[in-house]
Amino acid sequence: MSSATTTRSTQVTVELRVNGRSYPVRLDSTTTLLDALRDQLHLTGTKKGCDQGACGACTVLRDGKRIVSCLTLAAQCDGSEITTIEGIAEDGHPHPVQDAFVRHDALQCGYCTSGQVMSAVALLREGRAGSDDDIREFMSGNLCRCAAYPNIVAAIREVADS
Amino acid sequence: MTDIEYVRAADQGSALALVAEDPDAVFLAGGTTELDLALKDQVVHPSRFVDIGRLPLRGVTRDGDRLRVAALTTMEELAADPTVRDRLPFVREALLLGASTQLRNMATIGGNLLQRTRCRYFRDPEVGACNKRDPGSGCAAIAGVARMHAILGAGPSCIALHASDLCVPLVAMDAEVELLDADGTRTVPLTEFYRTPGDRPDKENVLRHGELVTHVRVPLLPEGARSGYVKVRDRTSYEFATTSAGAAIMVEDGTITWAKLGLGGVGTVPWRAWEAESVLVGAPANERTFRAAAEAAIRDPFTVPGTAFKVELAKRTIVRILRTVTT
Repeated sequence: MSSATTTRSTQVTVELRVNGRSYPVRLDSTTTLLDALRDQLHLTGTKKGCDQGACGACTVLRDGKRIVSCLTLAAQCDGSEITTIEGIAEDGHPHPVQDAFVRHDALQCGYCTSGQVMSAVALLREGRAGSDDDIREFMSGNLCRCAAYPNIVAAIREVADS
Repeated sequence: MTDIEYVRAADQGSALALVAEDPDAVFLAGGTTELDLALKDQVVHPSRFVDIGRLPLRGVTRDGDRLRVAALTTMEELAADPTVRDRLPFVREALLLGASTQLRNMATIGGNLLQRTRCRYFRDPEVGACNKRDPGSGCAAIAGVARMHAILGAGPSCIALHASDLCVPLVAMDAEVELLDADGTRTVPLTEFYRTPGDRPDKENVLRHGELVTHVRVPLLPEGARSGYVKVRDRTSYEFATTSAGAAIMVEDGTITWAKLGLGGVGTVPWRAWEAESVLVGAPANERTFRAAAEAAIRDPFTVPGTAFKVELAKRTIVRILRTVTT
């Protein structure tokens, strides 16, 4: 397994694997995964909301599990598989959760949407869409200031039931 | 940009050495507290992050009538453990009522124990008076907007709360922490791991620089015991406790024969309600006993105007959890 450099330096060389592609990058050791994705890999689908772990807009999957990329160093992800909103389409078609969000109008401004979708994809894999209350509870790490919550729940419900 | 070195530790020995050799180096695991405080709030200033995230300190093993939880096990992993589900259900409840799934996938058990207070004055570098950040500077929270603050173990120097949910059942169950440094290992009861602020709010626990939390040992509930965790908060989900209580109890023929009680949202440290347990054991399992236990638990609070409401709320939270686990 590759590892980050251990020389006494505040720069690190990291191999980021994102959506099945490998990106060798050199960056400041304190660069978050979120900033690396957006500013170095130009994968701007992942959004910066609070930048402090409170809003969920920056949710991505790390080795299949949802995390917030704003409180993760890019260096910590050397050797991990990252999946972002750009990586969930299947054969060129939107992911079923994306389709359902469109059908149910599960957004207004759209800023939180990629985080909501990534969180919902993970929630469905976790098997936590048993009831609407479960969906609300296990989506609570994703805030929507437009309050599209009822439609978000409906979209996830539809995919869970299909 | 913050000038902090990042090193990924290849093994446990090098992790210990990399922190021990530099007084400002810190271990980095899940990062949910550490990165927030160092990079975002900029109220802690480490020179070096020693990333221990890939060390083989992960997983849960059964050791007789105890669980041994490796420190890098995540909150989600521990909540999903079948033995926790069956034999420590209030640990699972406390875990799943904390944070969000994203954060629970990142945050480790060791890190949960070592999480720093949510006191806004501690977390705001513009605030000069914080005895925890800058010993001797005062406490802005005492005269400020206090709500998510402690009433037990608190004093004029500091009212900062330890906000962990998980630690509430852990202190109730007499969990122990295994610590490792170059000199070897030692085991400390969780109830003796934390320090109340006294005149040194900056010294939060007995951990020495360079010492690593490697495991947490938790006794399983005895057969026939019931447990529960109740969390009162300002919004339904994804919020810290205003007050909380975790109880494990055995009742025979209407009499309480065994009781463990921990409190959250009220203590500068995860709070073990020893006095309440003394009231409960041997007493009938009824409302009168529960109220007497609650009075004993919150006998000597230190309040400021913003936290005075917690005295009665905490008592009612205790009564509610005792009622829940006995009916």
